[in-house]
Amino acid sequence: MIAANPETGQIRPPAPPRAWTNIRIFGHVLMALWVISGASLLYFLGSNIASTFVEKYWLKYVDGFLVTLQIVGLSLLVGALLSIPVALARNSTWKIFSWPAYGYVYFFRGTPLLAQTFLIYYGAGTFRSELEAVGLWGFFREAWYCVIFAFSLNTAAYQAEILRGAILNVPKGQWEGAEALGISTPVTFFKIILPQALMVALRPYGNEIILMIKGSAIASIITIYDLMGETRRAYSRSYDFQAYIWAAVAYLLIVETLRRIWDKIEARLTRHLKR
Amino acid sequence: MEEALTLLSFGENGWGDTIAAGVMVTVFLAIATLPFGLILGFLIALAKNSSEPSLKLAANIYTTIFRGLPELLTLFLVYFGVQIGIQQGLKLMGFDAFIEVNSFVAGMVALSLVFSSYASEAFLSAFRGIPQGQFEGGNALGLSRYQTMTLVILPQLIRLALPALGNLWLILLKETSLVSVIGLPDLVREAGIAARVTKEPFLFFGIACLVYLLLAMISSTGLSRIERWTKKGEVAR
Repeated sequence: MIAANPETGQIRPPAPPRAWTNIRIFGHVLMALWVISGASLLYFLGSNIASTFVEKYWLKYVDGFLVTLQIVGLSLLVGALLSIPVALARNSTWKIFSWPAYGYVYFFRGTPLLAQTFLIYYGAGTFRSELEAVGLWGFFREAWYCVIFAFSLNTAAYQAEILRGAILNVPKGQWEGAEALGISTPVTFFKIILPQALMVALRPYGNEIILMIKGSAIASIITIYDLMGETRRAYSRSYDFQAYIWAAVAYLLIVETLRRIWDKIEARLTRHLKR
Repeated sequence: MEEALTLLSFGENGWGDTIAAGVMVTVFLAIATLPFGLILGFLIALAKNSSEPSLKLAANIYTTIFRGLPELLTLFLVYFGVQIGIQQGLKLMGFDAFIEVNSFVAGMVALSLVFSSYASEAFLSAFRGIPQGQFEGGNALGLSRYQTMTLVILPQLIRLALPALGNLWLILLKETSLVSVIGLPDLVREAGIAARVTKEPFLFFGIACLVYLLLAMISSTGLSRIERWTKKGEVAR
């Protein structure tokens, strides 16, 4: 912005002060409410940090946090591996491949994760004798394996859709162009196709990880002591509401940290698009 | 097979009416949540879209919180938190009573909070899709700000936000299942009771999943109809 008129040398007058419109007052009132509740939350947490509740349960919370990380990490990994064949089948022109893949994705995206988990964990009991015959009963008897199994199938369906969208998004001409330049297939895939596909897929993948972290709280319903499970146990033993408040702070910190990291990664991957 | 059909039939021997009652609760909860979530979400989108930084920040804090918390935790926070809050308030006033919050209402509040924070993003991106000239045009025609919003902006906004809102509705339908954890007799809970009594868990949870799929299919058909209706103005050109 030009500060002074180059011909006359007249200095630009300062901007008028912003008026206190109703909207501005309203916004400040809302912000004041947030600040007050944030401050009282901090005060509450600060005054309770040396309480018997924290002393008794903080190690449990750490354990629960690690269990949550394990559930999310394992499910995402298994889901990612599963999603590749599903996405390829979904993209296939052969209907014997694409229809089952479509059905799989539709089922797991159309029903609640809670119902899927119940279906696998409790439903396995219906087939107990069959499962015992093939030696899989030990797997389905454990809530832990059932959770990993259910979550993996669920996230595989979502990840398959993300992957499919990303693959479809990179034009065929990119492959052909690389071939015309004499670039080998692995180099083409890792240096040309993958970065472009990732640019599209990165945001949905980040959202999927966050959804998985939030969804993993469901594991606590079938007796897994993840962060949420430990919270519920601590609350049912102490009847102290701070159990849930600590959990809320922990989950918010996890999700926010992840979101910030993801923004950084995305900024790096799309740095050539910035002007 | 015949046994399964008997179990699912309506009447004394079957669980059909129990399941149907659960479906009604699920659908009612989702429908009851929708208007609150939509209105709240729209207001938050307005705040995020305003030029006043403090208002924007306040709205962003709201969405950060309710999009970051697991839905299950939000539900527990509302269910137990409101209960304890009311009890403390009564204690301050000198009453000592045990108040239990209705699980339907708790579910509605929690789901509205989550739904509105996602819906605000949908509305906000729809706002960005409406050119500034539409506001200016409304102004030039002598419409008041309220008239511009309701007569010019809102009809276009709905059309732009509808696909995202449709997705949110499908997510909401699935999230109602969480309310079974705090004791509301919805589809999942009724299926769980039936499964425990009959010892046929796979059948009943499978049926519950299929009902959710059916609800999703019905919703998609309805949504595409609404979408066609909102696009009526475009076809004429």
